[in-house]
Amino acid sequence: MIRRLKKWVAPALMLAAAGAQAETSSTTLETVLSKGYLSCGVNTGLPGFATPDEKGQWSGMDVDVCRGVAAAVLGDASKVKYIPLTAKERFTALQSGEIDMLSRNTTWTLTRDASLGLNFAGVSYYDGQGFLVKKELGVTSAKQLDGAAVCIQSGTTTELNLADYFRTNGMKYQPVVFDTSDGTAKGFDSGRCDVLTSDQSQLYALRLRLSKPDQAVVLPEVISKEPLGPLVRQGDDQWFNIVKWSLFAMINAEELGLTSANIDKSKSSADPSVRRFLGIEGPKGKGMGLKDNWAYQVVKQVGNYGEIFERNIGESSPLKIERGLNAQWSQGGILYAPPFR
Amino acid sequence: MDNKRQPMLVRLWRDPVWRAIFFQVLLILAVVAMVGWVVNNTLSNLEQRGISTGFDFLSQSAGFGIIQTLVEYDESHSFGRTFLVGLLNTLLVSFLGVIFATVLGFLMGVARLSSNWMLSKLASVYIEIFRNIPLLLQIFFWYFAVLGILPSPRQSFSLFDAIFLNVRGISLPWPILDSGMVMVAWTLLACCVAVLVLIFFNKQHRKNTGRPVPYIKAIMVSIVVLIPMMTGFLADARLQWEIPALRGFNFSGGLVVLPELAALWFALTIYTAAFIAEVVRSGIESVNKGQKEAAAALGLKPRRVLSLVVIPQAMRVIIPPLTNQYLNLIKNSSLATAIGYPDLVSVFAGTTLNQTGQAVEVIAMTMAVYLTISLTVSVLMNLYNRWVSLVER
Amino acid sequence: MKSAMEQKMIPAREPPVNSRGVLGWMREHLFATPFQSLITLTIAYGLYLILPPFWQWAVMDATWTGENRSACNVEGACWAFVTARLDQFIYGFYPESETWRVNLFFAQLALVLGWLMIPAIPGKKLALGLGLLVLPVTSWLVLSGGFFGLPVVETHQWGGLMVTLVLALYGMLASLPIGVLLALGRRSSMPVIRTFCTAYIELWRGVPLITVLFMASVMLPLFVPEEIVFDKLVRAMIGIVMFQSAYMAEVVRGGLQAIPRGQAEACQSLGMGYWQSMLLVVLPQAVRLVIPGIVNTFIALFKDTSLVLVIGLFDLLSIVQAGLNDPEWLGSAVEGYLFAGFVFWLFCFGMSKYSQRLEKN
Repeated sequence: MIRRLKKWVAPALMLAAAGAQAETSSTTLETVLSKGYLSCGVNTGLPGFATPDEKGQWSGMDVDVCRGVAAAVLGDASKVKYIPLTAKERFTALQSGEIDMLSRNTTWTLTRDASLGLNFAGVSYYDGQGFLVKKELGVTSAKQLDGAAVCIQSGTTTELNLADYFRTNGMKYQPVVFDTSDGTAKGFDSGRCDVLTSDQSQLYALRLRLSKPDQAVVLPEVISKEPLGPLVRQGDDQWFNIVKWSLFAMINAEELGLTSANIDKSKSSADPSVRRFLGIEGPKGKGMGLKDNWAYQVVKQVGNYGEIFERNIGESSPLKIERGLNAQWSQGGILYAPPFR
Repeated sequence: MDNKRQPMLVRLWRDPVWRAIFFQVLLILAVVAMVGWVVNNTLSNLEQRGISTGFDFLSQSAGFGIIQTLVEYDESHSFGRTFLVGLLNTLLVSFLGVIFATVLGFLMGVARLSSNWMLSKLASVYIEIFRNIPLLLQIFFWYFAVLGILPSPRQSFSLFDAIFLNVRGISLPWPILDSGMVMVAWTLLACCVAVLVLIFFNKQHRKNTGRPVPYIKAIMVSIVVLIPMMTGFLADARLQWEIPALRGFNFSGGLVVLPELAALWFALTIYTAAFIAEVVRSGIESVNKGQKEAAAALGLKPRRVLSLVVIPQAMRVIIPPLTNQYLNLIKNSSLATAIGYPDLVSVFAGTTLNQTGQAVEVIAMTMAVYLTISLTVSVLMNLYNRWVSLVER
Repeated sequence: MKSAMEQKMIPAREPPVNSRGVLGWMREHLFATPFQSLITLTIAYGLYLILPPFWQWAVMDATWTGENRSACNVEGACWAFVTARLDQFIYGFYPESETWRVNLFFAQLALVLGWLMIPAIPGKKLALGLGLLVLPVTSWLVLSGGFFGLPVVETHQWGGLMVTLVLALYGMLASLPIGVLLALGRRSSMPVIRTFCTAYIELWRGVPLITVLFMASVMLPLFVPEEIVFDKLVRAMIGIVMFQSAYMAEVVRGGLQAIPRGQAEACQSLGMGYWQSMLLVVLPQAVRLVIPGIVNTFIALFKDTSLVLVIGLFDLLSIVQAGLNDPEWLGSAVEGYLFAGFVFWLFCFGMSKYSQRLEKN
């Protein structure tokens, strides 16, 4: 009889077995090394930061951060499994261990550090919340937006900043909430709302999704600080360091003048800071459980911060965002990475 | 075979009573172990990852705005309040959906059985199309493809300069109640109660004498119409309408039906009505043909046959599946989250979950709400069923 | 010889002209009373207003191929949106060189279904066995790869119609047996088992699928130790199966209730055990009785697979929705939704027709 029962239950069991894969390692680094790829949570689709093309190949700033970590850890930037996540899902996906790191234009705040059990591993892009309006409205300042309908993505810090801003200025608004940033663009395009609010970088990206991009302008006001960066789970300091320093490697490489094109040649450089960077001397990779040439791999395969910026959102991309705050500290920006020493 | 020769365990195993106990104990152990395992895992996972737990977050201030609130709410209210706001919005759209789906469903169900070929074909095409397409797709269709292409507020379609239709929704005039009107409203309510009493009295009277109370209809109409009117006259009530007008970016004043609400309401109504139509059809078909023929032989007109003989009997068959459809509608209203209508799932299991990060508590509360609604309605329906079947005898 | 009576039957007189043929039919079914005539004419006028322009838009003025929205005729439907992205709608992000594997999956599915559904082909039991036991295994192997040199295709690259079908197939195959067990449990004489099954069924029937999916997607990983990682697609499947098996249980229970007690009692008197009597005698009859209900649950399940959109999986609806955000194709919402709706409708309507046919036999 039991054999007959099995006949019914077997497909269900097999299904579960196919999906469940047991892993015995405990630290994130060991997990990543043993499965041979990095699971990285990214946006479901935001031009310049994370978008899949028709073939499912991902590109963008956030994606390059994932690739950088994969290059440092596995020596191969292509060994990344991208998990597209909505704003709603992102933290639980990381908390639950579904992804190894989250690189999804996420703002660093106190609450997120303190009560979500997550750590921000640095800032990959300094952003601020802004407003996008249609030219035909003739609005020149955010202070004129009293009574406007505002398109906004649900579950973001922007939602809270918006409420604060309108309250401090004694204005009213109607929040029109969407699940995805694409949704907000669609809503704005159809006229469901007068204003689209989001991080400024996103506004430029979303403007490309409108039917008439040149008919919309970004207002000058920046109403918040939005430092965006990758996150990891708390309690695994080694992994925290790896992600943090992969990002710092990109920033330092730009400062040192190392690019994906010239890094092979600079192996013979006499500059001690370059030699430390390449792992020829100095701290090397052992302290983090990585190979000595991890930083070399990051720059060689992904590029330095400037290259990434340029390629994804800078002048050579459709977004054409200026470096501004995101320039090196020596160039008038606030990008400042601790030294390799 | 001599049972006593076998070992004790085998004997127990062969005894159905003991075997049943064994299986049940096994199940209890398995369930307890499973639940314990899950709870243990969850707690250790939560602790290990430093995720805060507990329901303290409900009293923290929410800090985000909600577009449609039936109770007073602003950013400074608590997360607990967002739960209430979301719940009320869910109930609102469910209520609207249930009413309209019932009306449309009954019409379509009756039309499906009409002797008019054109009408019955139309009804069956309607049923076959709309119940075989996913509801989520229908919601998207109404929201993005239909309501999304309406003009901007400045180019609204307007009717009598009082009703405006645009991409931001429909703005309707809304009465402003002064103290006189409030009195009228209360009087009207009282009159309605009085009429209900009259109807009951009339029924008794007719049972006893075989005739209705003389002029009963006229009396009822005059109670409902004349008394409130007199009250209004005496209290000097003036009915004023708040007419929506374009101020700044948007229409303000009056009543605004949001496009999110409208799309969800349409889709829920049309989808559920297709199922209700089938329920109604099978209910009507379940009534014995002889009943109809007998009623027709008594000289009742077809419409009266339907309303006096067929439908009352069909209702007994219709009510249980109809209840299921209502419950489905309430549960399906949670798809609101896909288009941003601020229902319970969208506001509470969406934004609040995300701002607090406490998935377990928030999802559990949300599920508990739907479960409570479902179980309550099932209990009520079971009571109703018992009541109806008693009448039958 | 003459007789007072006619020897031959006088043929029945033909009915009057106006109750015969097309005219008669129309009179009876369309213009029986003035009110009926009014209804008929109103509907006819409505159809006249809607159908010809729709035909004009959807077929006559439509554009069938093109690179972007501007290639389309403004007056007509822009089916170019669908044709240009058809591959993506069917295969999602599945690598182009491997799509034959998806086609193989479709073919397997069509073969087994055709075998089961066309009455003329013999060997239904074999087909059922294939469908229940072999098909799920081979499909999963073919689609995910990793053996015989087939490259592994991760489930996050799956998308479009194939994900819809995968979710529906595995959902159906798993929810039926679990539903049967739950139904048996709910009618069991053992109070603990009965309570447990009743609670399980009522719990899942009482909550919306969207919250179940949310739970499966967001909370399931918290419920298990860190070492166990479920694939996102599998998690969605688990959610769908938990949910639909409860509905399935109620359908099967209806069938079990309709089988007279005598059947089980007869089995007992023949010395059959519980499982023997259930599997050999009661269940086959009960399931046959409720096949229409089972198919209806399958239809609901098929439609419900579209909800995985909210947890970020790319099923057919979700991938069409994503395509609509492409700046090249802005404003193709109606075409996109009509296409997706038509595909869903085709499957669901097909299933419901099949169940109606079974009901009649």
